[in-house]
Amino acid sequence: MSAETQATVPEGRRFAIQVHGVQKSFGDLAVLRNIDLQVERGQIFALLGSNGAGKTTLVRILATLLHADAGTVTVNGFDIAGAAADVRRSISLTGQAAAVDGILTGRENLVLVARLRHQKAPAEIAARLLEQFGLTDAADRRVSEYSGGMRRRLDIAMSLIGDPPIIFFDEPTTGLDPQARLDVWHALKEASGHGTTILLTTQHLEEAEHLADNIAILHDGRIHACGTLAELKALLPPAEIQYVEKQPTLEDVFFAVVGGGGRDGNQASPGPVARDVKDTRDTKDTR
Amino acid sequence: MTTHALADAATLLGRSLRHIARSPDTIITTALTPIAMLLMFVYVIGGAINTGSSEPYVTYLLPGILLVTIASGIAYTAYRLFMDRQGGIFERFLSMPVARSSVLWAHVLTSMVANLLSVALVVLVAILIGFRSGAGVLAWLAVAGILTLFTLALTWLAVIPGLIATTVDGASGFAYPLIFLPFISSAFVPTATMPGPVRAFAEHQPVTAIVDTIRNLLTQQPVGGDIWIALAWCVGLLVVAYIAATSIFRRKLG
Repeated sequence: MSAETQATVPEGRRFAIQVHGVQKSFGDLAVLRNIDLQVERGQIFALLGSNGAGKTTLVRILATLLHADAGTVTVNGFDIAGAAADVRRSISLTGQAAAVDGILTGRENLVLVARLRHQKAPAEIAARLLEQFGLTDAADRRVSEYSGGMRRRLDIAMSLIGDPPIIFFDEPTTGLDPQARLDVWHALKEASGHGTTILLTTQHLEEAEHLADNIAILHDGRIHACGTLAELKALLPPAEIQYVEKQPTLEDVFFAVVGGGGRDGNQASPGPVARDVKDTRDTKDTR
Repeated sequence: MTTHALADAATLLGRSLRHIARSPDTIITTALTPIAMLLMFVYVIGGAINTGSSEPYVTYLLPGILLVTIASGIAYTAYRLFMDRQGGIFERFLSMPVARSSVLWAHVLTSMVANLLSVALVVLVAILIGFRSGAGVLAWLAVAGILTLFTLALTWLAVIPGLIATTVDGASGFAYPLIFLPFISSAFVPTATMPGPVRAFAEHQPVTAIVDTIRNLLTQQPVGGDIWIALAWCVGLLVVAYIAATSIFRRKLG
């Protein structure tokens, strides 16, 4: 297969990611004991687990950065061991640290990735993504001057280049302020809306609850539960009805106090992301 | 995949050359210490050194100073590679459909360019303080070739700490012993004055063979067998460092 053809999908493949019996140890430490999971195409799939649960290890295996000790994995229908190059054409990885080049400008970062993905018009792609992610004003500044939220938005924009059918987001909102986190959520939903399969790892329960079609709980190297939010809730005894005074969360207070706008770097031109942030707040207010 | 290896390497080379263009201080700091050594040895210590030749001391000294320049310059390769790993962009490149070898080659070629610039800067200063050579084009080409080979070998050596270091100090600190190797060689003084064991070491370590070869080429003396010993050291080091670096790279991905 040539590199230009977008990795073609075998007909009737329902699952974007299939993991069977994957094990991985580092020395004596068994990080992944026996992982089975399947991610349907077009889903947002959240891998929920605390620090050290093995989420990043699993993502690195899926992204062909690490070999599993045992088990089989197919990504976009390609075996990660036998067809790693095809897997890499099918995915993007947004790792825990925003994988951006601080010495280059935002625009140069995007052009670099577009070139490496052998796209036809890198400059146009960069301009479009800068616009989409509200980074146009900061486009020609060095990324080392960006705020954490801006770096993360650029990081996600870089992952969208070449329209990979599957994107891994490894703790995309760790260390971000609430506003930046909502921006990331919006970007994720938008990518998902275009049919991209998303595997998201997170340690924030409400993030999984808010975004994911399916959730797997990874703990101690094993998947302890997997299903939709409703299915997971059904695992517990039926809810008992209690009357509790509704207190505003600190997040409600935060957004009530700081108001809309206030996004780092581009107050002048609130992009689509900023509008979504406002909508979210409004719906909360009327509740 | 391989059809893209060259294009990918060129793209990534463009990226790290841009890093150098935006931090020209890395070129200058690389050249600064060797230039300071050059001035100190020529104007402070050199007067007391008898090299047994009629050439000015700067001419005797320059080859060794050039090796010091390269030995300190390659530390930046380890540093840049470490920073790429640290920042996560290394993993981004490796999870993309790019030829994986091009990720390392881009750093290696960048090192070649950066060291060439530093060496040129040092040579310029040497000329300003009286270095002259009557060497012909072929001799100069031979000097350039040996220096290039030496840079390539040391750069692949620098890739190893760049890949395995866990701290930034570990990544760039490995070069210090390399910088001191020329002191126990014929780079600054003839080996004849050294006591037995030191002299034995000095005469059988790579720097002496390389320095003597370059010096003889520049002063139009016969190079004798030294050039083959120098080339053997460079090629040998290159092969060993390349194999070690690429196997560590592959194991990192395993």
